Amino acid sequence: MSSPEALLLTTGLSRAFGGLVAVDSVSLQLDPATIHAVIGPNGAGKSTLVNLLAGEVKPSSGSIRLRGEDITGWKPDRIARRGVARTFQHTNVFPDFTVFENCRLAAQSRNVHLMRWLKPAESYREWNDAARSAMAMADLGARAGVPAHSLSHGERRALEIAMSLATAPAVLLLDEPLAGMGAEESIRIVALLKRLSADHSILLIEHDMDAVFALADRLTVMVNGAVLASGSPNAIRANAEVQAAYLGADVPMTAL
Amino acid sequence: MADPEHPRRSTVSDRVITWWLVLGILALAIFPAIAEQFYLQLITKIMILSIFALSLDLLVGYAGLVSLGHAAFFGVAAYTLALAAPASDPPNLWLTLPLALATSAVIALVIGALVIRTAGVYFIMATLAFAQMVYYFFHDTRLAGGSDGIYVNSRPSLEIGSIDLAQDLHFYYLVLAALAGVFILLGIVLRSPFGRALQGIKANEQRMRALGYPTLRYKLAAFVLAGTLAGLAGYLAAAKEGYVNPELLAWHQSGMVLVMLILGGMGTLFGAVIGAFSYVLLQEWFSNLTKHWQLLMGSFIVLAVLVLPRGLAGLGRSIALRRRLSASRDDVEP
Amino acid sequence: MEWLIQILNSVQYGLLLFLVASGLTLIFGIMGVINLAHGSFYMIGAYLAFALVQWTGSLWTALPLGIVLAFALGLVLEILLISRLYRRDHLYQVLLTFGLILVFEEMRSILVGDDVHGVAIPALLDASLPLTATLSYPVYRLFISGVCLVLAALMYVIIQKTRLGMMIRAGASNAEMTQALGINIRWIHALVFAAGVAMAVFAGMIAAPVSSVFPGMGNQVLIICFVIVVIGGIGSLKGALIASLLIGFVDTFGKVVLPELAGVAVYLLMAIVLLFRPAGLYGRP
Repeated sequence: MSSPEALLLTTGLSRAFGGLVAVDSVSLQLDPATIHAVIGPNGAGKSTLVNLLAGEVKPSSGSIRLRGEDITGWKPDRIARRGVARTFQHTNVFPDFTVFENCRLAAQSRNVHLMRWLKPAESYREWNDAARSAMAMADLGARAGVPAHSLSHGERRALEIAMSLATAPAVLLLDEPLAGMGAEESIRIVALLKRLSADHSILLIEHDMDAVFALADRLTVMVNGAVLASGSPNAIRANAEVQAAYLGADVPMTAL
Repeated sequence: MADPEHPRRSTVSDRVITWWLVLGILALAIFPAIAEQFYLQLITKIMILSIFALSLDLLVGYAGLVSLGHAAFFGVAAYTLALAAPASDPPNLWLTLPLALATSAVIALVIGALVIRTAGVYFIMATLAFAQMVYYFFHDTRLAGGSDGIYVNSRPSLEIGSIDLAQDLHFYYLVLAALAGVFILLGIVLRSPFGRALQGIKANEQRMRALGYPTLRYKLAAFVLAGTLAGLAGYLAAAKEGYVNPELLAWHQSGMVLVMLILGGMGTLFGAVIGAFSYVLLQEWFSNLTKHWQLLMGSFIVLAVLVLPRGLAGLGRSIALRRRLSASRDDVEP
Repeated sequence: MEWLIQILNSVQYGLLLFLVASGLTLIFGIMGVINLAHGSFYMIGAYLAFALVQWTGSLWTALPLGIVLAFALGLVLEILLISRLYRRDHLYQVLLTFGLILVFEEMRSILVGDDVHGVAIPALLDASLPLTATLSYPVYRLFISGVCLVLAALMYVIIQKTRLGMMIRAGASNAEMTQALGINIRWIHALVFAAGVAMAVFAGMIAAPVSSVFPGMGNQVLIICFVIVVIGGIGSLKGALIASLLIGFVDTFGKVVLPELAGVAVYLLMAIVLLFRPAGLYGRP
């Protein structure tokens, strides 16, 4: 069932808020160099799942393993330092800092020493370089000096992704990265994610079915907090239950 | 024009800041030549309070930690000097100052460790309550003179050449050097990775954690640093007045320094100094008007909060911003 | 049997504290405002009792008069000042209410002076209830406990069982939605604030006969209320009640057992709670 090389593995992961079971015994795995998309109707528990994986929320039961290490119940910063980066569904950047500073600060998180207090932050070339390449990947290089609050919505979503890239993660948890983006921007981000999947593992929450089927190596469908089906995109597309519950007529008929 | 390779929040203001800093220090350095004894002492007092305000600015303005118990570290250092001072000889500055700073740092570490996991209002209330505990410790016990306080019989000695800190003029320059030193130190720290992380934490702590920063450790470090610098101010205050009592630790002191920050504006370092000057000068003016000056001060504070959301320094900034905006109205942002 | 007296004292002290602290925690829980001047209302209550008893001759007439005045003061403050703090950072709430403390203290100084006063226990309650052959307990203190219990029960009933309470709770969790439903959230806020002020003032008034009326009493009670709210958890009345009683016991028995460290005991308790529950016993983390 579970591959020994799985990068991220959840077993029976559950989270209840009082009487409401938001995530119901979800077992899934994220393999290296894979894009694993999680889809499902609103309220299916997808965002809660991301929060569980990122450590923002503690599971009620079940376990999470990262490269075999049990990270269940770990705080978000500890998980992040292990090489997991996440983006937020509602854009969560530093509005008053420039795009460059947002990325530089993200890159600086790899700093091990707490009390680096003497040299100016911007004199550390490794973080500057990491920030610049992250911005370049997200096509934000031209906007480096712009404060984040002046960015368009799509640019801000791109900045979210750039920030997570600046931390040189092994795993990316992306919560609806394309939400609210125009067609052009979406195409660029989809291409970026395709490139990234070569050496990152990506867990992708998305509603944009075109993007999902263009990117996903594996699909998991969640409904009411539980996994309805999980498998290859073609298998999921053919799954009658999934069609009834979620996909309907919006499914692209041909694989790319 | 901002350089994208090394973007700062504004390259212009950096040069301006340095100029104002140099001018300020020069002005303060020349001041004694033209001023009478009374004003010398007044400005010394203001400079000491500026250090106190700067230490709190680090905490409130940059790390986003609103502490209502900062006077505890101020007072503890003052008491350390008073208790460590020998009966007849002047205390040695090189021995007593590090001791006082260390005491403040330790107390800050202990209290900080207890309160740092609390957030928002809990933090405010908990810092206040722990500071009160320290206050009651000094007020109710006979360890350090109780509510009567104790005297510091002579000013510390520097043991360098003919510098005699008992002379107000020499002491003035010592305090000026300390103020300049603290200002420069904070400037360096705030530009460092540590300082940037603090500002990130203030802006969005959740995001910082999601990026992998152990935010609690950063906040605790800031708390201890701020407490130590407050201790420096407290030491100088005790040395200046020659007397310490529990009121140095009272939460009115903590409230007062917070008021200075809002008057001057937080998160600008200069604002702390402006705020200290404004507060003391205001207090002098109000005291001359009536013995019930606290009524005037209280009303002023209420008005200031309602009318000046970013303090006097913020006022200056928004004027400058408006001028820059109207000047560049024809520039199209890419 | 002496312990029974200390137990009764603890309960009385705790319940009195609860009356004051409940206002503080409600105002924060419902409107998100931290009000440093809350202790001042307690002080105002005590001095008001002194002044009104001198004027009218009886605590029984002073009490309702004081409540009405307090409620009016609360409404005026809320409408003019507090309502402007709802959307602002806690820092500014702290500063403005700190300014209010200075104003209140100085006003009291101007109007009534800085002297320490006493207020006589009303004749009706100036008796002692015999507990054993040798020990008796002041009826007035039982009266205080009784009144506080009644008010606590009243608070519970109003908030949990009435439509008004439902609106208050709705406003606390989602002000905009409640407003959209047509409920006048502004009046609710004004009401809650005024009620909080009235309770603190009332507490000061009934406490006046057993504790002296002195200038620093407001600050003293404020700090303890902060400790109560931190221990009990912000916005939680249940937490405030439990914490108040806890503090009542720790403080009372602390003074009996270890008078030197009694003042510190309360803060030690807070430190312990903070180590394990940074959001208080019943607070939402």
